[in-house]
Amino acid sequence: MATVLESPADLPPSPGGPPDADVPRRLGTRRAPADRAFRGVLRGGGISVLAIMSFVGIFLLARAWQALRVAGPSFLTTQDWEPDSHHFGIAAVIVGTLLIATVAVSFALPLSLGTALYISEYAPARLRRALVTLVDLMAAVPSVVFGLWGFFFLQGHLTDVARWLSTVFAWFPPLAVQGTDPRDPLSTVTVYTSSTFVAGLVVSLMITPIMTSIMREVFMQAPVGEREGALALGSTRWGMIRSVVLPYGAGGIIGGTMLGLGRALGETIAVYMIISPVFQVQWHVLQNGTNSVSSLIALRYGEASTFGMSALMAAGLTLFLLTLVVNFAASSIAARSRSGQGT
Amino acid sequence: MTTLASRPSGAAPADHAPAAPPASAADEPATPARTHRPAPAPDPAPERRRQLGGARISDALALVGSGVAALSLTAVIATQLAPVQGVVACVAIATVLFLVVYATVVSLDADAPAVRDRVVMVVVHGLAFVVMATLVFIVTFTFGRGLRALLHANFFTQDMALAGPLDPLTTGGVAHAIVGSLIQISLALAITIPLGLATAVFLTEVPGRFSRLVRTVVEAMTALPSIVAGLFVYATAILTFGLDKSGLAASMAISIMMLPIMIRSADVVLRLVPGTLKEASYGLGSGQWRTVWKVVLPTARSGLTTAVILATARGIGETSPVLLTSGFTAAFNANPLHGPMVSLPLAIFQFVKSPEPSMIARGFGTAAVLMMIVVLLFVLARVIGAQDAAARARRADLYARVLDGIRVRPRALSELEPTGDATVDPVLARYAVSGELPSEAPTAPGAPDSPTEEHP
Repeated sequence: MATVLESPADLPPSPGGPPDADVPRRLGTRRAPADRAFRGVLRGGGISVLAIMSFVGIFLLARAWQALRVAGPSFLTTQDWEPDSHHFGIAAVIVGTLLIATVAVSFALPLSLGTALYISEYAPARLRRALVTLVDLMAAVPSVVFGLWGFFFLQGHLTDVARWLSTVFAWFPPLAVQGTDPRDPLSTVTVYTSSTFVAGLVVSLMITPIMTSIMREVFMQAPVGEREGALALGSTRWGMIRSVVLPYGAGGIIGGTMLGLGRALGETIAVYMIISPVFQVQWHVLQNGTNSVSSLIALRYGEASTFGMSALMAAGLTLFLLTLVVNFAASSIAARSRSGQGT
Repeated sequence: MTTLASRPSGAAPADHAPAAPPASAADEPATPARTHRPAPAPDPAPERRRQLGGARISDALALVGSGVAALSLTAVIATQLAPVQGVVACVAIATVLFLVVYATVVSLDADAPAVRDRVVMVVVHGLAFVVMATLVFIVTFTFGRGLRALLHANFFTQDMALAGPLDPLTTGGVAHAIVGSLIQISLALAITIPLGLATAVFLTEVPGRFSRLVRTVVEAMTALPSIVAGLFVYATAILTFGLDKSGLAASMAISIMMLPIMIRSADVVLRLVPGTLKEASYGLGSGQWRTVWKVVLPTARSGLTTAVILATARGIGETSPVLLTSGFTAAFNANPLHGPMVSLPLAIFQFVKSPEPSMIARGFGTAAVLMMIVVLLFVLARVIGAQDAAARARRADLYARVLDGIRVRPRALSELEPTGDATVDPVLARYAVSGELPSEAPTAPGAPDSPTEEHP
């Protein structure tokens, strides 16, 4: 017996007063030795995980502090990366990271929303299970595979699209491309390769399955009674989706998108394989050359001095803080929505 | 409305007038109120059951017609009006034209909400098709480019120590990377399974302020970018503590990536274990340790296995932490403590850096091997997931129904109704409407039984 309620004999004896002067009983749990040992082991697991995770965070902060103290506020505004001459900052790489993630999410959001709606609302019941498995499986495909595809296939087929976009939307600064004349048939197309656009597109395909998976999960939980109510009131299928499924799944859409954004911000290999790194702020998303924090780390870790390592740590810490904010925003939004009540 | 209008004129409004106010009828009981039953209208035709679902021929015709129109218009535009080049541009123009034409065609015999419904339906189908086709294409592209390497048996049995960049595919292989990946993931699992599952159980079984703190920190660490995890292990284990770039360092980096994923998904699964099961166990006098070991873990077994396998699939495909910590070698190395040890993602990354076609083919072949391992892990997760108590109960239930001769084949409701069969089981009818076998309902009674049936 593990749980023992203390018997009245354990209580301090009541001083022979009237029977209505009852002292409230103290109810406690005395656990068996095996249970206490078990809880100790569990607590030990929790403590060690907490210790490892805190150690990672504190170590990053401690090592980054050295570089951050030297760089000061200019760490956020400098574009170059020359830590050994104490002239370095993340302005270029953080802008590149954000741009790649923006491109990725703006492509992945409609794609995953459409796919999730198809699976939960339109697909025949027999096909549905296969599609769910396929999407979950694609979410587990290593990012290096997407990088291979982007580098060897997509890049070559996107130059025409990029050229067309840059010609038609030249008045919109982010889509303009410098250093080439679209009317000149002999102009080189390499200016359209290795760009933010290509990297963002590859990353968008990488994050689409995970976003689809989360949205589909939430859409399928939309209450059947409300769906049938909407249909019984005469709404079309789209009317039902718009008035029941989408409001119910709003938390899932936002949460899934934020999770995809977090993945896109932290993606290394697919980006590293495609971009050609430059250390200046590259606003032109279609133009050759961009950079991201994670590919900066992959590029420079090998040759870094002790101080250079500290500077890379500072860059990594900034990225971590960025994804942390995105993740917590996602989970708080998802928890506040109707569909997230249970989780 | 139509039946009212077609009534015979004998039932004129004048006849109804005295019967309408009930007060006057009560005043004059002598005159019996006469009720006229209108003569039934001759049925013009036997009534036909309306078709509520399914596709009409006009829907298909509208789709096909719009498609043909869009293609023809695109052809005209591309060849006569504007010099459009490239497949992508043509597809884009055709898509826009198709949507416009289709909306117009549907609006000919439907109102605005129906038009919007149709257009959204087409757009959703199109988006889903694009995503699925692209994902399937990425996989087939990888296998297609890697096929040349995969066809040689030596690809799976040799390492790259003796194969130079110019060597044909008949020498060299990725055995070292396969073994390296397996060793690294086994080491990582040896760290993460006990630690991760213990922490997940801790979060659900010992609630309190401390476990909330642990849960928050774990949730925060899921945001850790993989390259930063690699950088951390590189800076601590390798630069500070002087460990070699080795398989052990790589598995430490992978563990830091896998641990939060595993804890989070295992925590979700464990929280789904019904409280009544645990309370029943406590009520029978077992302690917390026995309850967890005999009730909670067996109930959540398939979910926990899925959590472990999903974390494994993530861990085995991570490239960036391995890039920083394991070092690169072309030779076979089965010792995780000493010397660089290459894994599959890193081998892919190094292969495709080379401009040689044979090396690139090797890279794609390695990617195909990696994906096959991931698929294998997934199939394993599915098989184990189908083995849990609830599924067993569900299957037993299904067999019993089949043996009893009850047809649980999905039937349309229209098939059930006209027979006037009063004995139609309402539960069965509901499943017949949804068109699915009763997969969920029997779970509820099945699930709570199962742990007790395992441990009588």
